[in-house]
Amino acid sequence: MAGTLAEKVWQAHLVRRGSNGEPDLLYIDLHLLHEVTSPQAFEGLRLAGRPVRRPDLTIATEDHNTPTLDIDLPIADLTSRTQIDTLRANAKEFGIRLHSLGDSDQGIVHQVGPQLGLTMPGLTVVCGDSHTSTHGAFGALAFGIGTSEVEHVLATQTLPLAPFKTMAITVNGQLPPGTTSKDIILAIIAKIGTGGGQGYVLEYRGEAIRSLSMEARMTICNMSIEAGARAGMIAPDETTFEYLKGRPHAPEGADWDAAVEYWKTLRSDDDAVFDAEVVLEAADLEPFVTWGTNPGQGLPLSASVPVPEQIADENERTAAERAIEYMGLEPGTPLREIAVDTVFIGSCTNGRIEDLRSVAKVLQGRRKAENVRVLVVPSSARVRLQAEAEGLDVIFKEFGAEWRNAGCSMCLGMNPDQLAPGERSASTSNRNFEGRQGKGGRTHLVSPLVAAATAVRGTLSSVADLDLPADVDLTTFDGSPLSPLAAPSLV
Amino acid sequence: MEKFISHTGVGVPLRRSNVDTDQIIPAVYLKRITRTGFEDALFAAWRGDPSFVLNQDAYRAGSVLVAGPDFGTGSSREHAVWALKDYGFKVVLASRFADIFRGNSGKQGLVAGVVAQEDIELLWKILETKPGTEVTVDLEARTVHADDVTVPFQIDDYTRWRLMEGLDDIGLTLQREDEISAFEAQREAWRPRTLPAKHLPSVPVEPARPVERTA
Ligand code: SF4
Repeated sequence: MAGTLAEKVWQAHLVRRGSNGEPDLLYIDLHLLHEVTSPQAFEGLRLAGRPVRRPDLTIATEDHNTPTLDIDLPIADLTSRTQIDTLRANAKEFGIRLHSLGDSDQGIVHQVGPQLGLTMPGLTVVCGDSHTSTHGAFGALAFGIGTSEVEHVLATQTLPLAPFKTMAITVNGQLPPGTTSKDIILAIIAKIGTGGGQGYVLEYRGEAIRSLSMEARMTICNMSIEAGARAGMIAPDETTFEYLKGRPHAPEGADWDAAVEYWKTLRSDDDAVFDAEVVLEAADLEPFVTWGTNPGQGLPLSASVPVPEQIADENERTAAERAIEYMGLEPGTPLREIAVDTVFIGSCTNGRIEDLRSVAKVLQGRRKAENVRVLVVPSSARVRLQAEAEGLDVIFKEFGAEWRNAGCSMCLGMNPDQLAPGERSASTSNRNFEGRQGKGGRTHLVSPLVAAATAVRGTLSSVADLDLPADVDLTTFDGSPLSPLAAPSLV
Repeated sequence: MEKFISHTGVGVPLRRSNVDTDQIIPAVYLKRITRTGFEDALFAAWRGDPSFVLNQDAYRAGSVLVAGPDFGTGSSREHAVWALKDYGFKVVLASRFADIFRGNSGKQGLVAGVVAQEDIELLWKILETKPGTEVTVDLEARTVHADDVTVPFQIDDYTRWRLMEGLDDIGLTLQREDEISAFEAQREAWRPRTLPAKHLPSVPVEPARPVERTA
């Protein structure tokens, strides 16, 4: 029978098919842990006297609470320190691999899996974190779970689940210069709404998606959850295989060949039926920014803050009124005129080496706008080391930006990196909820290129507003190797 | 998980609709790292009010909560269920529950029974006129009995069976241990393992320091 990509991966993980209202039992290939959602799961195991079934399919990292400055000093915030200490104790007790602060493999959980080559096509990947959808970029079925489910996976390496519905999102054509995969996903969310993907696994396809790099694909899948979806997926192809090859945990020799042969079958059949379909033309896209307090409240940068009276739908109108008030905006103001206080470049959405390279290319030889604070936070320690090897850190510092240690940082402000009340940011992260980046903080979600241009000009801007040479390729950094983590030998 | 066949305990009338999980347990309590000991957090914002139902002696030891429609909406936090259980509640009755809350309840052994709104009103009347009245919730028969009234409630077959068998999700899955092992035996060799750990050579990571602000 013809199947979609998601159905094929589901099928391959069925320990048993449920009947009589009983859910399916699905095997989990890879379980990622971090300090915030795991403590109660471990406590549950301890209370029940259960071991972790497969420590060898489990890996933990510290990211949400970690400071990005002074990482050699004790963590000042007591609750943060307790959560991290608890993870360390649990990892030790249950025999789980942990990459702690200061370790060169520490980083945001959704960066650590891919960069170690643990995230692969055809896997089921879970984590107590909604942005687990990131790993779907490899053709894995990856989704966030709650704490009870974390405990369930730790104890059984399986999850009882009812099948998801499937939605095909086809993006035709090619992206115009100055736009990125972030603009694609912001446009998709604005189109289908923050609840549009509810209950679905989204499969992104079409020419524009195929031509994206692996990291750009991760940005798209990362934000699937912002459309309400359980997961996002992209069928694996040569780009995927090339990214994976040679990574520490990627298969080798005959295993690699067997894997690739199987991975090539992981695509939706031509006659597969999706429960819903959406089509977008990449050529129509412009740099996209959000003006409101949910990721669906976004518009092309050339537009203006909406005028609520002109919105027909009553719910949308009241939501817009409320958002505009919280954001401290004037209806009708051109988005380009909005001045920001902070530019945040980082997070599991856009804190990877390619993001940093394209930002560096824009910032090179310039100075930041006065009164703007610019924070550059790599998504992992390896990314930081790589950027330093390429000299990107020097460009950032000369520009006037702060170059930080890896972690979630200002994406959610669980560590000291927060907006002050009323402060406004252009942020490459994924959520612009009220208070997400700090109590009273105002967030505009943007692509790394828009973030960079905004840091130069001080108001929301695109690279088209800068006098960059017309032929400059912002997707690669001069002569640097494409595989950011290629190194001579493993340990 | 303990088996749940029937339960008799003091009924607590909570005449409010749309009690969301922020009201059940405010976000500040989520920073804890334990799984138990949330009893003080339950309805924290209301507990300061002497007229709040749980502050009245007759209801203090309640274990069956009779709430208004749309109970448990909002954030998916499981802490809401933990807090109810830690306080001593075994059953919550309402005419409508938020999906995620109902799912979480089933997982944690808290019975979330759907009762028609007019029957909820009936129960409220009994519990308010005779504070401290005991309510019997019979999961086998799917009935609620208080004073001289017996009303039906709904709960899906699968959850009911699990609760009556006292099987938490994990216990239930572990009964399939042989099937899981059989599945594991045929997993392909290329699928990743985190152990033994493989990575690029470890390199010291220089701590970043605050920059001097010139502006
Ligand atoms: S960077 Fe942000 S979205 Fe990503 S895992 Fe961290 S907190 Fe979550």
